[in-house]
Amino acid sequence: MNSPVAKLIAQRIALGILLLLAVSVLIFAGTQILPGDVAQSILGQSATPTALENLRRDLGLDQPAYVRYFTWLGGVLTGDLGTALTTRQDIATTLMPRLWNTLFLAFWAAVVSVPLAIILGLLAVRYRNGPIDKLISGFALASTSLPEFFIGYLLILFFAVKHQWFPSISTIYDGMPLLTKLHAIVLPVTVLVLVVLAHMMRMTRAAILNVMQSAYIETAELKGVGQFDIIRKHALPNAVAPIINVVMLNLAFLVVGVVVVEVIFVYPGMGQYLVDHVAKRDVPVVQAVGLIFATVYIGLNIVADVAGILTNPRLRHPK
Amino acid sequence: MNLKHIPPGALIGLVITGLFLFVAVFAQWIAPHGLGEIVGGVWEPGSSKYLLGTDNLGRDLLSRMIYGAQTTILIAAAATALSFSLGSIMGFAAAVTGGWFDTLASRFVDLMMAIPTLIFALVVLSVLPSTILTLILVMGLLDSTRVFRLSRAVAVDINVMDYVEAAKLRGEGTPWIIFREILPNALSPLVSELGLRFIYAVLFLSALSFLGLGVQPPAADWGGMVKENKDGIVFGIPAALIPAGAIAALAISVNLVADWILNRTTSLKGGRG
Repeated sequence: MNSPVAKLIAQRIALGILLLLAVSVLIFAGTQILPGDVAQSILGQSATPTALENLRRDLGLDQPAYVRYFTWLGGVLTGDLGTALTTRQDIATTLMPRLWNTLFLAFWAAVVSVPLAIILGLLAVRYRNGPIDKLISGFALASTSLPEFFIGYLLILFFAVKHQWFPSISTIYDGMPLLTKLHAIVLPVTVLVLVVLAHMMRMTRAAILNVMQSAYIETAELKGVGQFDIIRKHALPNAVAPIINVVMLNLAFLVVGVVVVEVIFVYPGMGQYLVDHVAKRDVPVVQAVGLIFATVYIGLNIVADVAGILTNPRLRHPK
Repeated sequence: MNLKHIPPGALIGLVITGLFLFVAVFAQWIAPHGLGEIVGGVWEPGSSKYLLGTDNLGRDLLSRMIYGAQTTILIAAAATALSFSLGSIMGFAAAVTGGWFDTLASRFVDLMMAIPTLIFALVVLSVLPSTILTLILVMGLLDSTRVFRLSRAVAVDINVMDYVEAAKLRGEGTPWIIFREILPNALSPLVSELGLRFIYAVLFLSALSFLGLGVQPPAADWGGMVKENKDGIVFGIPAALIPAGAIAALAISVNLVADWILNRTTSLKGGRG
């Protein structure tokens, strides 16, 4: 590891940490923007004065906002996410298994979609402007326009109700054998794959096409290298950085995009947990889950940038 | 403009988009039954009396679809209008004035975009009252960050043109520069973006309503109708797929139109007419 690369990476990570702090302020502020009283809006107009008083004390509303923020941040940094208003349970202990479930779902969606997107992107470049290419761009238009629940319920209707190959509700629990678990999440994984595949594929295609216009590709063509070998040996290595970037952005989207998919398939993940507690106006839970989602999202973006730095040959071999 | 010059894809998109808009505007006159009127049994299949069948409470699905078109399109359009006017004016102003205002606004937008939109919307909606006005404001404000980025980027390029320089030397103020010099020249990329932002607003609103956090009953919107009828799916009743399909159809047709406008304006720039 040489110094300019290390310096760049250190800078990027420091910037990421700064960004995370700013995001935590924003998420905290986002729940304080009401002109009136948060306790009143949580409990509604018909709340009794005693209930209001209790809730204000629980939320620490008698203290100024910045004190509450630092108490909250201090708790988060030491792993204490507070207690849920509705269930009185510790948020961190409820959240951890759900976080793993969400990551499990996103992981398998990534395992399927990333290689598939890269292969299809390569095929689209090899046969560009042909029927495969047209098909892929039509597919991309459809997948940016279709809501997740349309794809989801269509799959349920066909594969779970008409044919009963897969369950319509993806229940998973601890100690479930891996294969049974995988069988349970086939449909939600398929929805997620369909949602991110088109974008990844299109960007892969664009990244390789961009490289294909370079002089060294022309040289390779002139010396008689086959089309696939040109793409594989000359174009792909040079397109790795933008492709990694796209993949990471889509992984970030996967982790966040699971919210709707989890609700469709009643999957016990973080998204479902968040949605339930937004409806119950359980502010501490919403803040904690929101912060975790934002952290994963920003974390994957940092990884994308670092990978971009590491795969850049100009930075690896400084003059 | 000649109708023959419109490619078939864009023509289909225009017709379907126009149809949806027509239905949305005249919903009260078109709908055969009332919004909350219970007309038959639960989840009756489509018949000559109820074309699309009935929903989870025995209400006419077609009538609710028509009212739903109105709610969905109205909220999405209002949110898009807000995000566009706010985002583009702020973006142009940042590009024209530069300095601390530009830096501050750009960094703030970067920060907002570092949080996934849906997550931030959910955080904010957990304390805000669930009204249509709240939805429009939250969706419009969150989406204006994207419009800000685009319009700032476009305006930075235009701002260095000779005619803008001339206007500045003439002593015109910032509002003149923004509305009379930059806006007319930035219009074509922004119009195509308008279509995409509108689709995004429709999808976003539908997702929120599907999660039960958007439009609240008794009002009907397409996302909420998917939520109401989703339990029928496991019994093989496809009622939930009808509003979901309508969202998809609207999104695809607006997309086709936006694509065509983008291609038309880029080919204009290339001088091919």
